Order: sequence, then structure tokens, then C-alpha cells
Amino acid sequence: MPKVTIDGETIEVPGGITVLQACELAGKEVPRFCYHERLSVAGNCRMCLVEMEKSPKPVASCAMPIAEGQVIKTNTPLVKKARNGVMEFLLINHPLDCPICDQGGECDLQDQSMAYGNGQSRFKENKRAVPDKEIGPLVKTTMTRCIHCTRCVRFATEVAGAEELGAVFRGEHMEIDTYIEKALTSELSGNIVDLCPVGALTSKPYAFNARPWELRKTESVDVFDALGASIRVDARGGEVLRVLPRLNEETNEEWIADKSRHAVDGLKRQRLDRPYVRKDGKLQPVSWSEALGAVAAKLKATPPGRIAAIAGDMADCEAMTALKDLMAAVGSPNLDCRQDGAKLDPSARASWLFNSTVAGIDEADAILLVGTNPRWESPVLNARIRRRYRAGGVKIAAIGPQVDLTYKYEYLGAGPTALSDLAAGKIGFAETLKAAKKPMLIVGLGALARADGAAVLAIARDIADRFGLVKDGWNGFNVLHTAAARVGGLELGFVPGAQGRDTLGILDGASKGEIDFVYLLGADEIDTNRLGKAFVVYQGHHGDRGAHRADVVLPGAAYTEKNATYVNTEGRVQQTRLAVFPPGEAKEDWKILRALSEAAGRKLPLDTIGQVRARMAAISPVFAKLDAAQPGTWAAFGKAGAVDGTPFASPISNFYMTDPISRASATMAACTETYLKGSAARTGTHG
Amino acid sequence: MLEDKDRIFTNLYGDGDWGLTGARARGDWDGTRELILKGRDWIVKEMQDSGLRGRGGAGFPTGMKWSFMPKTTPDGKPLDGRPHYLVVNADESEPGTCKDREILRHDPHKLVEGCLLAGVAMGAHAGYIYVRGEFYNEASHLEIAVQQAYEAGLIGKNACGSGWDFDLYVHRGAGAYICGEETALIESLEGKKGQPRLKPPFPAGMGLYGCPTTVNNVETIAVAPTILRRGATWFTSFGRPKNAGTKLFCISGHVNKPCTVEEAMSIPLKELIEKHCGGVRGGWDNLLAIIPGGASVPVLPKSICDTVLMDFDALREQRSGLGTAAVIVMDKSTDIVKAIARLSRFYMHESCGQCTPCREGTGWLWRVMQRMVKGQAELPEIDMLEEVTRQIEGHTICALGDAAAWPVQGLIRHFRPEMEARIRNYKAALQVARAAAE
Repeated sequence: MPKVTIDGETIEVPGGITVLQACELAGKEVPRFCYHERLSVAGNCRMCLVEMEKSPKPVASCAMPIAEGQVIKTNTPLVKKARNGVMEFLLINHPLDCPICDQGGECDLQDQSMAYGNGQSRFKENKRAVPDKEIGPLVKTTMTRCIHCTRCVRFATEVAGAEELGAVFRGEHMEIDTYIEKALTSELSGNIVDLCPVGALTSKPYAFNARPWELRKTESVDVFDALGASIRVDARGGEVLRVLPRLNEETNEEWIADKSRHAVDGLKRQRLDRPYVRKDGKLQPVSWSEALGAVAAKLKATPPGRIAAIAGDMADCEAMTALKDLMAAVGSPNLDCRQDGAKLDPSARASWLFNSTVAGIDEADAILLVGTNPRWESPVLNARIRRRYRAGGVKIAAIGPQVDLTYKYEYLGAGPTALSDLAAGKIGFAETLKAAKKPMLIVGLGALARADGAAVLAIARDIADRFGLVKDGWNGFNVLHTAAARVGGLELGFVPGAQGRDTLGILDGASKGEIDFVYLLGADEIDTNRLGKAFVVYQGHHGDRGAHRADVVLPGAAYTEKNATYVNTEGRVQQTRLAVFPPGEAKEDWKILRALSEAAGRKLPLDTIGQVRARMAAISPVFAKLDAAQPGTWAAFGKAGAVDGTPFASPISNFYMTDPISRASATMAACTETYLKGSAARTGTHG
Repeated sequence: MLEDKDRIFTNLYGDGDWGLTGARARGDWDGTRELILKGRDWIVKEMQDSGLRGRGGAGFPTGMKWSFMPKTTPDGKPLDGRPHYLVVNADESEPGTCKDREILRHDPHKLVEGCLLAGVAMGAHAGYIYVRGEFYNEASHLEIAVQQAYEAGLIGKNACGSGWDFDLYVHRGAGAYICGEETALIESLEGKKGQPRLKPPFPAGMGLYGCPTTVNNVETIAVAPTILRRGATWFTSFGRPKNAGTKLFCISGHVNKPCTVEEAMSIPLKELIEKHCGGVRGGWDNLLAIIPGGASVPVLPKSICDTVLMDFDALREQRSGLGTAAVIVMDKSTDIVKAIARLSRFYMHESCGQCTPCREGTGWLWRVMQRMVKGQAELPEIDMLEEVTRQIEGHTICALGDAAAWPVQGLIRHFRPEMEARIRNYKAALQVARAAAE
């Protein structure tokens, strides 16, 4: 541990850090623009200059490694003058258009100019103007404001793996550009807006919407994928205006995916804001009591064996608890939270968790991806794998979809055959797994949501056992979920009871007339045509597939509108917070079910959210502990059997539209248009 | 004056054959094998004793620089597995400088032989020569010289029969001044955008492809074989202490016969110009100012030029520098403000744009200097200009910021009255014009 003196105070700091980090440890503020903890050091903004004894010139503290006996000064006239000078240079060609700039109020340049700059400029010449760039539907550019810190370039190159941004030209003509105009092909591109210390890159959908000081900030959790990224929901009045990432080293660090950030405009469209009942073939608006009465009457009239419930991908644990208890009260065993029909084994926790934890990726030295496209299923998690890859010393292989994951991997095959071959040691990567100290197997739902899913799961478990993926202090068996509600549903046992039907069974039964009553708790990703003549109740927040088929629609709350519990793919129990109230007559989901239970004469003893959560903890002790990954114990699971040779496919065919909210989002529609329908790739020669 | 027998570059003007035969006739490649066999430590020691300072402009002692390269095993294998590299900076772009060009086109074998010996001294088995993009003929001469050396077994496997393997590659740049900065050169050589790297880590620890690297100027490398052959004592017999040896001077501008000439260090500036260039146009008294070391060093007025010696320390005492020893002579017909403004434009154009003070400051300097040429400014703006140069100087990653600042500082230091007069004259003319208009 080197000892250094900072502003006369001698402290001991960890070796290998930079002078800037040491200054921070000593509690000294060092201004910076280009330096960012999670990106490589560029050292080009020159704002962090400090004085170092024995150095004739001030040094860039972000780039200077700490060394024993350094004497650093951060508050001398020389340092002040240097900062002042850099600040002046940064502002001479900056347009100073703060009143019309979306970054205003949360701008590093503004703040640091106040703290370290002059009140006036001595620059009397004309300012430089730079043409704006078109880099996709999410990021708006005003390049004249750019201060060339290259954070965006480094993020795109290092973290996102889209090596498409760069600095072209030189000197004062330097511009950040893609050179050939194109939309950034990254699912993480929105993060460059957060990184940009000035208003050069701002959020396009959010442009001119609000000032930061008008916003009510609510800390919450993302539900667009199963990573459960920590987010902050910024709202004004009853409107969610934007979503920003929140620091969480365990899951998302400080990034979020573009869908998590930008799909929120879907919260304002296609909303179910009042109950509906189908009369004469058409959904008619009705009162809550009429809607609940209609459902209760049907529920009472239907024999328990002909009642079923399916929970969707965004259902919260409170609502699933209430629905599960209601189903138990009416005596139906037909319930399932796996609406894609994934053959996850509810009996063993370790079989459906990301046991290594997301942070465990940083330690892994061999990673096998099976039937997953993590780039679409969880872009932030994929970026973590990429970072691990860039650090070196890891071998990555994939079985399943062969897509650009932003890092190199060995492609072993498309389907279960390759997996069986690997288990039998016929593929070289088996040796890699065997030799690795911390091998990881990541199974996606593309491998499990199929008829032979249970057999595939058994092979995956066999691989884990055979090649030592599970050992003391390390469990390398991981399932990467796509749905935020899935793990919570499994924890709660929202799965078929004895002789109960699973999702496919329910749909089969409904189409054959064996099921008369289906309760869809936000379940839209099912084939609604197969619901046959069943009486369908849809409880949810968006008028999507489920609501279109429903006989009764009960308007619920979206994730920003309720205090709800979600469990991420690692088994990390997290809670969202109410940022805005549900629109119109919509209600929090567990309350709707509580009201329904009373109307149906099966009143549940759940009067407060505290009681609901106590009930959750009674079902599974996991819920008693928040914000910590809770791995399962290794047990037998899966069912050995024949597999067919069909290739694994990722469950996601369009990253930008996976759920009712993103399907209702205009921004996500624009992204789909740009990135999937190929309008970005079209040029003049396409005719 | 330097005697012909003591000249290192005996084919500087291209009178003889620049190929291998001619080079051998001039004494190149003589006893190279024996020099190599004396070993790495001997070469480094001899270079240190010779007091040779880098000829690229900064004047860092060459022997010391070579000694920074990590140790190798006795048979020349790197200890940590990373190969060592020699990189020769032939990206000569400093305005006024044309010494490396003469070496490349008229005496390329001196450089090739120097590369081999320097390679031995650094434990490097590969060398790269980065030639300025515009130097087409120079690069092709060099390529031929390298080819000749390969064919004669002088370099390549078992170079000169010494048992040392050494490969030499010629790389042509694309014509950017900043690629003459050693780390930007390394970046460019790696195929990236030529932008200087942060130091530390220094190239000797982590340079080309992350391996220990030393970057030397062409002249530095090209003089090494002769120094090793004739001995350090011979070399130190020229010039003042710490400024030893002979040096190529490039004199351009308002002299009767501009030339590149090899002379002993510490020669008086006046003697250099009078003896080799036929004097200043219109006589010594017609002299206005001289930039003694290439565009990036501050200008010196005649009063200093009368007596100053041409070496690193003497010019530093005068708050200028020897730089690349490119002497730019300006007589009294010169618009000195305009001349310096042109240099400001050059630095604005060549700034890589990476770090703030240089990217923004060089443009600012040029714009203010443009107004200064006309006198279209306020008197306090001269001080502001000076202050802006101080804000650039020393605050950047590489020395281009300093190089942009110094000419302007030199101008203000020595020609402030001229600048002030212009501002006053401009104001007066403006008033006259206004009065006439009314």
C-alpha cells in the first residue's frame, strides 16, 4: 500500500490506482470530463490536472498511476489556473445554448463551469459549428456542443461492442462520427446519453420534454428483462417521462438496455383504464362492481377442475400470491407462470436460477451458452460477458443461435445434438470446461421452452455434473430467464398442483372445451386462438393480445405504478416503487384479486400489502430477504429422454418488442423499423 | 569550421553513389560485425560516453535512452517474452527541417547500419522506419538500401555474420505532422489514428504493440555507426561539454545560399550563416530575426543572433532551443507578425484534436494572430494572447501544445513594440477613414 501526500495529508492508498482515485479517497474533489470509472483512461480533457512534486508540469491525475511518496497538490494557484484555462478553452467553441439544451440542469459542463470557470469569456472570434449526426432513433445529437471527451466512443467500443463511433478529422475539426451515417447497432446505445457530460448527445424521445428539477425521482427496478436492473423512474404529474439506470454493482452496474430506458412511452398508450365486460360480442365499459360480479358469477358457476390461471411475464409476486391463493380457495390445480411452456423444474431451485450470479461472470474462465442470445435476452448481462472476454483468459462457446454477440465465441452447433455430443465429451470444449476453475453454463429459454425441454435440461445438468461446474463455493449452472416475473412465480409455486394442467395443458383443455374459465394475469404471450370457448378474464395494464380475447377486462397497474416485488434471474428479490398512480380506474393488481375473492365468496385474508408480503415469505423464505442473490442447493432435476434435432432458437425475435408495454411504444416501433426492418441498412443504391 | 575528414555524412549532397557500393567506399558497413560482437553493454556505454543527444529536437541523451530498454538473456532473448522494437522516426515534418531527407536519399546505408547497431544495443530483433508520407523518393531509396543490405547478408538472419538476427521494415506514413511525435508514431504504426499516448507508461516499458520500444530520430541512428567506429572521444572533441559532436544544420530563408550542412556543435550562429550560406541577403545588418531550431522554437532577434552559439544549452539560455537545428533566417523585408501567424496556422492545422488546450487553443491563437497581423486588436489583447499561450503550454499530452505556444511567446517577447505599433496604426487609419467618411 503506497503512502502518498495529498494537500499535506499523508494517506495510505491501495496500489494500482490513479492519482485521481487517490484524491477521491482523500476526499478531494477533482473535476473531470473524459474520465469515467468504467471506461478506459483517455486523459484528453485535461480538466483533472493536479500538481505533483518533482514534475515540472501539472499532471493529468486520471492517467497518472499512484506511486510511493508522491506529493500531490490539488488546491494550489497553479492547479486553479490550469483548470480555469481548460474550462475557458472548453467553452470558447461551446455554443452556450443552455436555455434550449436538454442537458441543462444536469450538465457537467454547466456545473464545473460554475465551480472552476470564469464568469466571462475573452474569446471574441467566431465559434465553430459542427453538423449534427443521425445515429438512430434513440440518441439525438447536437455536435456543436461536443467537448470531445470521447466517452461515447469508448463506451461503444469497449462496453457495447459496437465499434462504430470514432473521432474523425483532427485538431479543431475533430468530430465524433460514425463516418458513414448509420444508426448505432447496439442495444445499449441509450447509455451514451448518460455518459455525455454535455448536451451533445441527448435522448431523442425525451427531447424538450422536461427539466430535471421538475421531475419526481423514484428508485425502482426494471422488468423488461430478467436481469432486474436498478432504475430510477423520473415522472412529472401522472406521466413517466424517462427511466435512467441506478448504480448496482451486482446487476447492471450503471447501464441499462435501450428497451428498459425507452419503452416507457408505451405506458401512455393502449392503456386499460377501466373495466370492460364483453356484451353482444363487444367489450363494453362497465363499473368495477359489475365487472367483478361477472367474473365472480362465472367463477362460482364453474367446477374447480375447469378453472385455470396463467401469469404473464410482468406479473408481480404480490398479484401472483393472491391469484395462487384464490385458485387454491376455489380448488383448482390448473395454474402456471410459464406461459412459454418452458420445461423448468419447479422442484429444484438451482435448476431455474442464475446460480453463479451476474457478478460471477467476472470470475468465470469458461462460458458455454446454450440456446440463448444474451445480447437480446439481457443486453447488460451480455456486456458483462463482453467485459470478461476483453479482460482475457476466458473461453466462450455457444450452442444455439449463431449471432453476433459482440465478442468472439466458439460455435459448437445449433441444437440438442451438439449438446449431447458435448456431454459425451465428443467436442473439444468439454476439455475446456473440465480444465476451467470457474466454468459457467448459461441455458436460455430457447433450449427449454420446447417439447424436449426437460430432456435438454437433463443433459445440461449432466454436463454440469460431469465437467465439474458445481463445486465448493461455485455453481456454474445458470438459467438466463427472459421474463421478470418468471423466477418470482416459480418461487411462489405458481405452477400446476397435483394433476393440474400447465400452460400447454390449459390451452389444450380450453380448445377442447375441457377448461371453461381462464384467468390471464397479464399473460399476452400465448396463442389466444387456442382459448376456444372458455370464459377469459384478462387482468393487466395494456390492451394487448390477452385483452382482445377477454370476456372481462380488469385494469391493473404497470410496474411504475405499484409497489411490487420481482425476483430476478439470480433469485434476487427486489421491489419496485410507485412512481405514478395507475391511470383512470386501474388498481394495483393484488388488490383487484383481493376484491374478486370477496365478490366470489372466497375472501382472502390479505388486507394490506404487509399481509401479502408476509404470506409470500411464508410460501418461500426467499422473500424475507431483499436485494441479495439467493442461490439454490444443487439437486436432481430434469428428465432424461430423447431430444429432437431442431435447432435452438432464441425466444426473442424482436428485442424491441417483447411485451405489452414495448409493443405499445412508439419509440420501440421506430427502433424496430430502423434495426429490424432494415431501413438503417438501406442506401441510395437499394433503389 | 569542421574539416572534411571529420564529417560523418560524406555524401550529404548526393555527389556519390547512395547505394551499397558507394556506402562501402565511404566506410559504411566496415567492421560492423566486430562492433556487434563487442556487445550490447559496450555499445550503450560508448554512446553514453559520446554525449550524443537526440537529434529529433528534444535533445535527450541517446545512450541513456538506449539503456532504458529492459535487459535480455545473454543470447538476446527478452526476459518476459515481449520482443523489443527499434522504431526510427523519419517523419520529418518540422517546417524548415530537411536533414533526415538528405540522409534518406543520399546516405541511406548509414541509417540501415545504425538500425542494426541500435537494435543490438536495445536487444531488438526488429526495427521499423516510419517515413513521412510525402517522402516518396526517400522511401524508395531506403527500401532499396534495405534490400541491398538483406542481399549482402548485412541484416536479416545472422546479420553481418555476427549471430544477431535483425529485420528492418520501412513503413510510409500518410503525411501528418503529429505522427512525428513518438507515441503518435507508434499508434500510427499500429494502424490507428495518429494521436499521442499518455505517458507513463513510456515506450521503453510499453511501446509498439505493448512491447518495449525505443523511438529515435534518423540522424541520431545514422551517426551511431561512425561514433562507434571512431570512438566516443573523437565525437566529444566537437562542441562544448554536454553539447558534443557534429550536427546537420538546415539553413533556409533569407540567406544567399540556403543549405543543409554538417558542422560542429556550438558553432556561432553568425559564423554558420556567413561561412556556409553566403551570409544574410543584403548583409548581416539586414537581418531581422532568426528561428534557430525549426518552427516550434521561439524566434530570436538580431541582437541575440549576433553572438549566440548553436547548441542545446546556449539557445536554451536565450529562451529558445536548438530543436532540429533548422535555422530559418528572416531579413528586414519580413512581416514578422505574419510569419509567426503562419506558424500558428500550421499548428492549428496539425493539432490532433485529442486534448482540449491544444485543440481549442491553437485555433484561438491563429485567429487572434490574424488580427494582430493587421493590427485589428486592442493593446491588452497582446497580454491576453500571451496568457492563452501559457494556458496551452505544459497542459497537453504531447509537446505540440508547447510548440504552438512558443513561437507566439517569442514574438511577444522580442517584437512587442512592432505589434503595438500596428494596433496604433490601425486605429489611427480607422479614425482617418471615419473622418473622411463624415
